[in-house]
Amino acid sequence: MHMADALISPAVGGTLWAATAGTMAYCCRKVKLEMDDRKVALMGVLGAFIFSAQMINFTIPATGSSGHLGGGMILAILLGPYAAFLVMASVLTVQALFFADGGLLALGCNIFNLAFFPCFIAYPFIYKKIVGKIPTEKRIFIASMLAAVVGLQLGALGVVIETVASGISELPFTTFLLLMQPIHLAIGIVEGLVTAAVVIFIWKARPDILRYSLEAKPLKGVMVRNVALGLLAVALVTGTALSWFASSRLDGLEWSIEGVTGSGELQEPDHGIHESLAAIQEKSAFLPDYGFKTNENEHGTAESESVTEAPAQWPAVDAGTSTAGLVGGLLTLLTAGCIGLLLRRKKTTV
Amino acid sequence: MTFLERNFLDIRNLDLMARGDSWPHRLDPRVKVLTTMIFIITVVSMDKYSISQLIPFAVFPVSLLAASGLPPGYFLKKILLVSPFALMVGLFNPLLDQTILLHIGSLGISGGWISLVSIMLRFTLTVGAALILIGITSFNGICLALEKFRVPKVFVVQLLFLYRYIFVLLDEASRMSRARSLRSLDIKGPGIKTFGSMAGNLLLRATGRAERIHLAMLCRGFDGNIHTMNSSSLYLKDILFLLGWTVVFYLLRTYNFPELIGNGVLNFT
Repeated sequence: MHMADALISPAVGGTLWAATAGTMAYCCRKVKLEMDDRKVALMGVLGAFIFSAQMINFTIPATGSSGHLGGGMILAILLGPYAAFLVMASVLTVQALFFADGGLLALGCNIFNLAFFPCFIAYPFIYKKIVGKIPTEKRIFIASMLAAVVGLQLGALGVVIETVASGISELPFTTFLLLMQPIHLAIGIVEGLVTAAVVIFIWKARPDILRYSLEAKPLKGVMVRNVALGLLAVALVTGTALSWFASSRLDGLEWSIEGVTGSGELQEPDHGIHESLAAIQEKSAFLPDYGFKTNENEHGTAESESVTEAPAQWPAVDAGTSTAGLVGGLLTLLTAGCIGLLLRRKKTTV
Repeated sequence: MTFLERNFLDIRNLDLMARGDSWPHRLDPRVKVLTTMIFIITVVSMDKYSISQLIPFAVFPVSLLAASGLPPGYFLKKILLVSPFALMVGLFNPLLDQTILLHIGSLGISGGWISLVSIMLRFTLTVGAALILIGITSFNGICLALEKFRVPKVFVVQLLFLYRYIFVLLDEASRMSRARSLRSLDIKGPGIKTFGSMAGNLLLRATGRAERIHLAMLCRGFDGNIHTMNSSSLYLKDILFLLGWTVVFYLLRTYNFPELIGNGVLNFT
């Protein structure tokens, strides 16, 4: 699952970018040092292989739905952790640019979640340990399976931590965790199965490739987009149903969420006006320069100066400000459209 | 399958678009990459409840689209196609954040709905900007920019290789896939075992190809670098583009123009 720019904060995005850039620089140096440049071509072609293998769908046992290969673990097994990290990073870069799968700022997060964990945790500590020096079919199977599952679980945990730390989504840590980990357990199992199938095939057909890479390689397997989408759809339907339910029976919902999360973070069921006002003040407290000016702002114009200085005054309560926001927003949209038209006309006349 | 095929078709489409000729196409790739990054960071740094202040940021993608003559409908469709994940996560906001922050008439709107709209706005802006970047720059251009930004050579070469061979291996994979589905009366998809041998075969072909490519490259004098034709000079227009947009983003980030305008209009009437 690729994180999107819209859900992360610049601080989180920047931190993970830095971590990824550091790892990448290290890997590049490693690869340059220990690699015959035969591998350069191999790395590029294997990256392209991951894309094309995703074209071939397979049926997931017992569900009838179809999935496709994710790839990180297979790369690690074939190329070793350092080269695999770079290939996976380049695959994710192309996905971010062409498929809008994940964003540019979130690219750091995505590379970390999907490449770092399988290459530098799951591969060396699980796959290599289990396969050992003399691989057998059974060992490869168990190793691929476990490594893929663990790699994905860690990746999913990364997504949860990064999202919660960004604070754009309201999902509490526990709830999000309970949502993500089981989904990725399912994905991981299928990924493990496919990884094992491919690696065993290679091991039977060209054992030399695996032996060559056993000196330093990790592998990760299959991403079952459709299973994930199915489970997500369930989550969506539940979520929508709950929110409908919420509007009519607020207390009940809060009760159930508290039951699920066990956290008292949510609003008190008491819905008095003071409660919500206090909550708003609390929310606006971390917005610099934001004044709580319900009364003075009645006409939405009086306070324009102080309003302009606040980076985000949308949460203001009074009708005047929000009307101003709406009117202005529409006008801005119109202006943007006009600029577009003007530029276009200019272009065609040239 | 259709989803992925459409994705791969998109690579071709975007690649073709990037060959266009307009002033955004002709700008230096470095400048475009930098400006897009600044844009994305500025948009993402907005407060989670901001809506009105996010809208004017559309001026960047809109004017680039218009000036480069790329089809806006295509980009809108792409953004819609990839929106489910952000929507999924965002949809929990109305559920969890029920504080009423805004009243339109007698209708109270909770913070959760506001932040959901905000998330979707950011999503459209950031994803749109990234897609337009590739549409006006081309992948090779971006790799060139990365190289100039001192991204390690190994990685840049890797990206160029990957991009080159996607097209080749894709054809190979789709031939295999078509052959299998014809022989199996088009049943839904192979089981994991069949997939294993198909992907394995593809992998073996890919490795073989990589070896041949490498030999061919050695014959042509490959020394670990891919040389691209690059005019490394930045022109005045490039610098103006970067500085101009940075100033615009700064102003949009600092002042809430829609609200100023709205206030002005309401005041006037």
